Amino acid sequence: MSASDTIIKARWFAPLLGFGSIVVGVLVLELSIRIGVINRITIPLPSDILPAFPRVIVEEDVLSRFLLTAAEAIAASILVTFFGVAGGVILYHFRLLRAATETWIAAIAAAPLVLIYPLYLVIFGRNASTIVMMGFTAGLAPVTLKTLEGLSATRRVLIDVGRSFNLTPWEQFWKILFPSALPTIFVGMRLGLIFALINIVGVEYLINFGGLGQLINELTDRFDLPGTYAAICFVILVSMCVFFLTERLERWLRPVE
Amino acid sequence: MTGSASMSPRSVLQPVTWLRIAIIVLVLLVWEAVAASGLLYRDVVPSLIAIGKSLFELLAFPDMPVRIDVDVFVFRIDQAVRIPHVYWHLYTTCYEIIVGTLIGGLAGLIVGIALGGSRLLRRAYEPMLYYFGPCPKIIFFPLMIMWFGVGPGSKIAMGAVSCFFPVALSVAGGMREIDQILIRVGRSFRANTWQMVTKIYMPAMRHPIINGLRLGFGVALIGTLLAETKLSNRGIGFLVIQAYTQFNMPLMYSLLIVLFVLAIGANALIGRFGGLDEIKRK
Repeated sequence: MSASDTIIKARWFAPLLGFGSIVVGVLVLELSIRIGVINRITIPLPSDILPAFPRVIVEEDVLSRFLLTAAEAIAASILVTFFGVAGGVILYHFRLLRAATETWIAAIAAAPLVLIYPLYLVIFGRNASTIVMMGFTAGLAPVTLKTLEGLSATRRVLIDVGRSFNLTPWEQFWKILFPSALPTIFVGMRLGLIFALINIVGVEYLINFGGLGQLINELTDRFDLPGTYAAICFVILVSMCVFFLTERLERWLRPVE
Repeated sequence: MTGSASMSPRSVLQPVTWLRIAIIVLVLLVWEAVAASGLLYRDVVPSLIAIGKSLFELLAFPDMPVRIDVDVFVFRIDQAVRIPHVYWHLYTTCYEIIVGTLIGGLAGLIVGIALGGSRLLRRAYEPMLYYFGPCPKIIFFPLMIMWFGVGPGSKIAMGAVSCFFPVALSVAGGMREIDQILIRVGRSFRANTWQMVTKIYMPAMRHPIINGLRLGFGVALIGTLLAETKLSNRGIGFLVIQAYTQFNMPLMYSLLIVLFVLAIGANALIGRFGGLDEIKRK
C-alpha cells in the first residue's frame, strides 16, 4: 500500500476533505466576487459575512430569538408527544378504528400541511399560537404512526408473560407494551420534533413573527446582505445541532441488537 | 372453527367501510354545525355549500380571456376564448414545480451517484447532506429572490434546492444497495463510466431514484408554493395568500382542496410510474 493510499484511508482524511472543500469554496467565492465574476450586490464578500456574525448575535438579540423559537418548538413537541402517543395507543387498542384510519393518517403525514398556514393565520391570528399549532399539525401524524408501529411490534412472548402473571390491562400497558415500544416512540418523537422545527422556522419567516425565522425576514427587508447571510448560516447551524443531538439521543435510547 | 376465522373477507371489510363513512359524515356534520353556530369568527368556517359553490366557480367560471393560436394538421386555430383564471395559475405552479424537480432531481442524481460510488466522497460529504437536508429551505428564499428575481425563476430555484437533498441521499443509499455481482459483470465487460451509469447503476437503482423523486417532488411542491405565498404575482400559492388578504374563506378552502388533490394525485402518479406499488406488494 502506497503512502497516498494510507492517507486516504485514514479516519481523519474524509472529514478533513469535507471541511477543506468548504474552506476552498469560500476562498474561491471571495476571489470571484473581488475580481467581479460574481456581482457583490447579490452575494456579499465572505470576509464581510464573517464579521456580521457577532454583530447579528449582539445587535439583533439572537439569544432571545433563539429562546423564543426553542420555546415554540418545545410547546409544539409537548402537544405532539401527548396527542400523538395518545392517538397511537387508541388506534392500537381499537383495531377497527386503526383499520379505518391508518391509511388516512399516513396520507396526512405525506401531505404538504404547511400550506394551510394562511388558514391558521385566520383562525389563531398572527401570533405564536399559529406557529405552535403549525408545528403541532406537522409533527402529529409521524408520532401517531410510530407509536402504533412500536406497540404493534411488541413481541408476542412478552405479552404472554404479562398474561401469565395476570396483569391488568393498565399494568400490561405500563409494564410490557409501553417499555417495549419506547425506542420506536422516540424515533417518532424525533421525527415529530424535526417536522415541527422546520415548520416553525418556516412559518416564522413567512408571517414575519417570532424568533429566528423573523430575524432573516427583518434583515432581508433592511437589505442587510451580510447580516442576512450570517443569519441564514446561524439558523442552519442551529438546525444541524438539533438534528445531531436528537440523533445521538435516539442512538443512546435504542436497545443494543 | 372460531367465529372470527369463519368470517369472509367481505364481512371483515364491511365494518371498516362503514366506520370510514361514519367518520366522514360525522366530520361534515360537525363542520356544518360549527359553521351554523358562529362559535368561531364569522366565515372562518364557512358552510360546505359555500365552499362547494366557490370550488365550482373557481374551476368552471370562465373569467380570464386567453388567445389560442395552434396548428392542427392543415388547420390553424386562432381565436380568443375565456377560461377560469385558476388554470393559468395552476399552469404556472405546475411549470415551476416540474422544472424545479427536474433540475434538483438531476443534480441530486449526479451527486448521489458520486457519493454512492466512492467511499471517500461518501465519508467526506454525505454527513453534510444528511444534516443539511432537514433544514427549513424556505429561509433561502431571500437569496433566491436576489439571485433569480421575483418571477418564476426564484420559485423554480426553491423547488430545485428542496428536491435536491432527498434525491441525492436516496440515490447514494441506493448505490450502496446495488448487487456487487452486477457491478463486477459491468467491469468484466470493460464498461466505461457512462455505460456503468446507464446500463448498471440506473436500472438497478430505479426504485431508490423514483422513491427519492417522489420525496423530492413533495418537498419541491412545498418549497415552490410557500415561495409563491411569500412573494409572487402568479401561481396557486399567490391565490391562497390573496384569498387570505381578502378574507375570502370559501375561496381559500377551495384552493387548499385543489392543492391537496394536486399533491396527492402527483404523488400517487410518481409511485405508480416507478412501480413502487409492486415493491409494497412483494
